[in-house]
Amino acid sequence: MKVSNVSWKLSGEAGYGILSAGLILSKVFSKKGYFVIDNNEYPSLIKGGHSTYTSRISSNEIFSINKSINILVALNRESIELHQDEVMYGGYIIYDDRSLDIDEFKKARRDINYIVLPFYRMISELKAPVFMMSSISLGASLALLNYDLEMLKNVIKDTFGQKGFEIVNLNIKLAELGYKYIKERLKINAYELEIVKPSGKILISGNDSVFLGAVRSGCKFYAAYPATPASSILHSFASVESDYNIVTKHAEDDLAVINMVLGASFAGVRAMAATSGNGFSLMSEGIGSAAMTETPIVIVLCQRPAPAIGLPTWTEQGDLLFATNASHGEFLKVILAPGDPEECFYLTGKAFNLAEKYQIPVILMMDKYLSESHFSYDKFDFKNITVDRGKLVTESRDLDSEYARYLDTDDGVSPRTIPGVEGGIFIANSDEHDRYGYSDDSSHNRRAMVDKRFRKMERLIEEIPPPRIYGPTDAEMTIWSWGSCKGPILEAMNVLDQKEKKVNFVHFTYLYPFDEEVVSGILSGTNKNIIVENNKTSQLAKIITMCTGYKIKNKILKYSGRQFLPEEIVSSIEKIE
Amino acid sequence: MAKSKSKRRRYNLKPSDFNTGIRPNWCHGCGDYGIWDSLKKAFVSLNLMPHEILIVYGVGCSGNGINFIKTYAFHALHGRALPVATGVKLANHKLNVIAVSGDGDGVGAGVNHFIHTCRRNINITYIMSDNKIFGLTSGQAAPTSDRGLKTKSTPSGVVEMPVNPVLLALASGATFVARGFTGDVIQLTEIIKKAIKHRGFAFIDVLQPCITFDKKNTHKFYRERIKRLDEIKDYDRKDLSGAIKTSMEEDKIPTGIFYQVEKTPYEEELKQIERKTLVDQIITDIDINRLLNRYY
Repeated sequence: MKVSNVSWKLSGEAGYGILSAGLILSKVFSKKGYFVIDNNEYPSLIKGGHSTYTSRISSNEIFSINKSINILVALNRESIELHQDEVMYGGYIIYDDRSLDIDEFKKARRDINYIVLPFYRMISELKAPVFMMSSISLGASLALLNYDLEMLKNVIKDTFGQKGFEIVNLNIKLAELGYKYIKERLKINAYELEIVKPSGKILISGNDSVFLGAVRSGCKFYAAYPATPASSILHSFASVESDYNIVTKHAEDDLAVINMVLGASFAGVRAMAATSGNGFSLMSEGIGSAAMTETPIVIVLCQRPAPAIGLPTWTEQGDLLFATNASHGEFLKVILAPGDPEECFYLTGKAFNLAEKYQIPVILMMDKYLSESHFSYDKFDFKNITVDRGKLVTESRDLDSEYARYLDTDDGVSPRTIPGVEGGIFIANSDEHDRYGYSDDSSHNRRAMVDKRFRKMERLIEEIPPPRIYGPTDAEMTIWSWGSCKGPILEAMNVLDQKEKKVNFVHFTYLYPFDEEVVSGILSGTNKNIIVENNKTSQLAKIITMCTGYKIKNKILKYSGRQFLPEEIVSSIEKIE
Repeated sequence: MAKSKSKRRRYNLKPSDFNTGIRPNWCHGCGDYGIWDSLKKAFVSLNLMPHEILIVYGVGCSGNGINFIKTYAFHALHGRALPVATGVKLANHKLNVIAVSGDGDGVGAGVNHFIHTCRRNINITYIMSDNKIFGLTSGQAAPTSDRGLKTKSTPSGVVEMPVNPVLLALASGATFVARGFTGDVIQLTEIIKKAIKHRGFAFIDVLQPCITFDKKNTHKFYRERIKRLDEIKDYDRKDLSGAIKTSMEEDKIPTGIFYQVEKTPYEEELKQIERKTLVDQIITDIDINRLLNRYY
């Protein structure tokens, strides 16, 4: 059957090589020019527990994975039990012959095809370790898709090449066994993807894109304490230290992290940290320190379900109000929330420029889904990220004889020297201070300095683009959302469009400062408004109400630790009167 | 001290050239004056210019010193002077980076950073103003307060044992560990000079009487008990176990350098800043094409 897109899921116990096999499959198709989006699910364990990897492959542009899948590779019995409902009519389940007692499952789904495959026998015949089982599933899946093995072999070589020739060959042999087994038993082609123009796409996660954006932006100091789902940014930075002259510091705790970043930035280097909500809680005081000393910093907050440890390997958008209000006192900060890896890349560039131009903290909000899911793209045009360091002074000849670091200027931003520059001495004082940085608790100074720091808002707000509106202007319903909900919503809109339901979508990537006039303007032109958020308390809706007085009553909220799937949004919207 | 290859001219500054013009507002007779004095004298003696020095201050009476010494400076949050100083040093290892904070900052709120900075051996000088009390917040017990000390926060007496900062630094791998006394500015100046010149992390526990809230650990009390290590003929500064034993002496209070060994400082282990500091890197148009190709 010819199809434009296919959804594939690999599922089994953690430790079966599921995450690396899933990524390999995604790469096989993105390298050929297909649009690919994937998502992984795994427990907070090293071995055992249930893991899945879902890839959606399409010849047309797509925005998220789907709930319904075409092919499920079930490496254990539990995988059939948990996921067979997701398999669409006419779909396939490849399962291991040790999961024999599945008759009751089969009875429930007579509309799908069950193909037994002797995973364990193949593994033991080749004396391969159990975690290579996933390679058999890759070959078997490509056979179902009537796709050749050449690209798979290449990707296996790229992925395991460092581990040596034997490992590569063993994985390839296992893939060939799986491929052959299915080809010999299947009379017809299960699916055949429409052919795409061979273009070669990159396959990249949100975290990868933030990392790339930061390297391009000249981030030379990166500090972190390991925390899912932010850790891959730390690993990426550590891997390029010598190539790009970057210092990556795995510090003793998140308090050290933010304060090292403050020190590096104060010394004149673009510096960043990434963490989960846990680490961000610890960093909050440091965000205030950045604000008071007017030291630019960029903090990446990869959200996960909370409070406390929560669900460390799952996803949620529960930290918006916290991030907006993080640290005591009143001060300016910027909150950005990219919706997909491409936006992660460019907004990271923007984050560094805003931080330095306005000498304020900038927080980039991610979540586990966006951090770790891969999307395929044509290569990013990195020249579109440029470096604007604002009023940074690196030479003493550019200084007045009466240099004052915190000079009260028209735009609130004062010239900032780099320590070491002669004539540019200043103190970055955590206490309220005068224009030189010296402690000053007089009432007139306090008022003047608060006003100076907030005066930056006038220019800053002009630089903040309005939320982007997707879909028709004359829609009967308007969805409001932010960050990573973008993909599932756009995908849902496609479905609703086919059902002739006119829906548009206001997507926020810049969440703070919040332009009340712009948002009120959009609200005055909409009919029925619906908020979609990956949290319990509709935090964006609360901000909209706080800033505009408008209450969005229709709410589609998901707080199960999983991201939205387009089908869920479609059915929820159809229920709204 | 940051390495400098070229021969420098003498600036002939005076200690008063490091004054900001703001008069210190510490209590009359406070030990912090001794640190203030010694730091400026050490800078002059080492021929350093104000803009070549960066001091990160903690929070407390010692931290208020930020207003009184003219150098680049950062006033960190309580307990966080050392990580800020570490970030500065990694960003620009040409700067002479010094941290000054109290004992509450150093071995209370910031004790984790203290241990890790010791074992990191980054080229920073850390002067811990040790008055064994929380002075600025009006006299509560500090982590260094004697067991049994009655204060506003411990009316029945401190239950815990005091932290011994010198012993903790030695146990944590610091390569330069010393103790000074604000009543002896000449010795303290010498220790600070050697600490700044030391390649690696240098820790100085400075006995600094809080004349307002501490009636026991007074200048007189220390003078009667101090034993100068530089006056002991055979004292071996390279002997760690000897230094540990000395740090645990109870009837006499040793001052001077307990321990000093040569070990490559953290920043000198980093190949990426061998030729250029991070702050000197050009960042305007970084080519990431190679990196992007990783994702094909």
